[in-house]
Amino acid sequence: MLGDLKTIPLDWYILLSSILFCIGVMGVLFRRNAIIIFMSIELMLNAVNLLLVAFSAYHNDAKGQVFVFFTMAVAAAEIAVGLAILVVVYRNTKSTDIDVLNRLKG
Amino acid sequence: MNTLIILSALGIIALFAEIFRFRKALFPLILLGLGGAFFFTAKEYNHPQIFLGMMNFDNYAVIFSCAILIIAFLWFMMAKNYFLQETSVTDHFALILFSLVGAVVMVSFSNLTMLFLGIEILSVSVYVLAASDKSNVMSNESGFKYFLMGSFATGFLLFGITLIYGITGSFDLASIHTQVAANHDSGLVIAGILLLMIGLAFKSSLAPFHFWAPDVYEGAPTTVTTYMATVVKTAAFAAFFRLFSTCFAGVTGHWTDVLWWMVVLTLFVGNVSAVRQKSVKRLLAYSSVAHAGYIAIAVVSMGAASTSAILYYTFTYSISSISAFTILFIVSRHKGSKDISAFEGMSKANPLLSFAMTVAMLSLAGIPPTAGFFAKYYVFLTAINAGNTLLVLIAVIAALVGIYYYFRVIIAIYFKPEQQLVPIKVGPLHRTVLIITTILTLLFGLFPNLILGWI
Repeated sequence: MLGDLKTIPLDWYILLSSILFCIGVMGVLFRRNAIIIFMSIELMLNAVNLLLVAFSAYHNDAKGQVFVFFTMAVAAAEIAVGLAILVVVYRNTKSTDIDVLNRLKG
Repeated sequence: MNTLIILSALGIIALFAEIFRFRKALFPLILLGLGGAFFFTAKEYNHPQIFLGMMNFDNYAVIFSCAILIIAFLWFMMAKNYFLQETSVTDHFALILFSLVGAVVMVSFSNLTMLFLGIEILSVSVYVLAASDKSNVMSNESGFKYFLMGSFATGFLLFGITLIYGITGSFDLASIHTQVAANHDSGLVIAGILLLMIGLAFKSSLAPFHFWAPDVYEGAPTTVTTYMATVVKTAAFAAFFRLFSTCFAGVTGHWTDVLWWMVVLTLFVGNVSAVRQKSVKRLLAYSSVAHAGYIAIAVVSMGAASTSAILYYTFTYSISSISAFTILFIVSRHKGSKDISAFEGMSKANPLLSFAMTVAMLSLAGIPPTAGFFAKYYVFLTAINAGNTLLVLIAVIAALVGIYYYFRVIIAIYFKPEQQLVPIKVGPLHRTVLIITTILTLLFGLFPNLILGWI
């Protein structure tokens, strides 16, 4: 299984993950819907996970894969908190568009 | 490690307080627990312990943990009355205690896994706390922005960790240090270091990654803002310096130039934006950004004295900030406004509040004989020793701008016509906090070796 991973050159994994990561960053910066932004953040984290697993396979070292478990657990906790905050925001503003959040400026 | 166990146990006890109805006893219990944690942490001084290569409780970790515990102790005394007015006080206290666990992990990690976990334990609790004033849209917005920017930064941090892992094949700081030095001209190493730096700059609000800070600080409840400006900032810089001094001190050429420009930008943006603020809370938020710039000077000019300079700066800055935010909290609750005008002419009726605010502002501005002067002095000294004279020049100009807006508050207190002669009620806990912070600010200003000798 790990051998199959290595039939693809490592550079390709780095390239793919970087592209996915950049798509995530662009999503966070340019989309206005909070749910889509959450999805973009997940995309960033999962691009990292993919790269970690690839490196882990190439180094013949399990630490990277263990790290992925930590990342996934933390990402789940983070999104749970984020969605809770979003629900509170929605109750008060009746919108999930982040442009309504403009009371703090200066 | 004792610190972690005691703090986690305290957090769990705080959660049980709601079920078993000993909410009244919780506050003394927490203060006692923090005292105990401080005692057991201090006992580990000069007895470094390593836990499975994950955590390293060396003197650096012990001293910063102690500083964080002292700040947290003062914070609990300051915040008690605010949270007692709400129903879910136990949850808030438990969240703060858990985030303290994260802060302690951030100052004692010796593995990138623990750095990541520490940052997340700290941040996730604070996201909730920032949005804890549920019916207030400002608080919601603040929590939401903090969450978005925080998890965005986590993405960068993780990508940086991954690239470093890809080159070095390890998450352990010591082996990363040797491996990075061996592969110093690899593109992945440079990208990894810069991404890690971006992630940590978000957390410690260095420009251009500071834009969330003023909004979040302004919208969050004042007590939570205090926590973010003190404990979170101390932990973030302790982690920043621990990571970069252990792993990347051998390849300073890759990152000091970038950090240099970030420091200049932070000093400029923080101080200049603070000048045109009407709200004291937002002014303190921008001042917090500016102070992050001063602290980062010691990271840029990494040397033997940097550790003690960072410790001294973060600790004294936190003490003065707690003082300033406590007064802001008292005054804004009395007058219903956080603007500078709320402070006008309060000196006659409230000598203690006025004096404490003056000392805090002088310390933040860096005027002797307060602790803020020596904080800036030691930071500038590290920069001069490292040959960063231009940076010191820029920082001094920034500090002069800083004096202008801190003095606006002092002038409002003493030299504006009196609005009302009714003394503002100050509770016994707040009074104690103000007396302690004022005395400490003056004491550390006169005897800086009280802190510097430890590290």
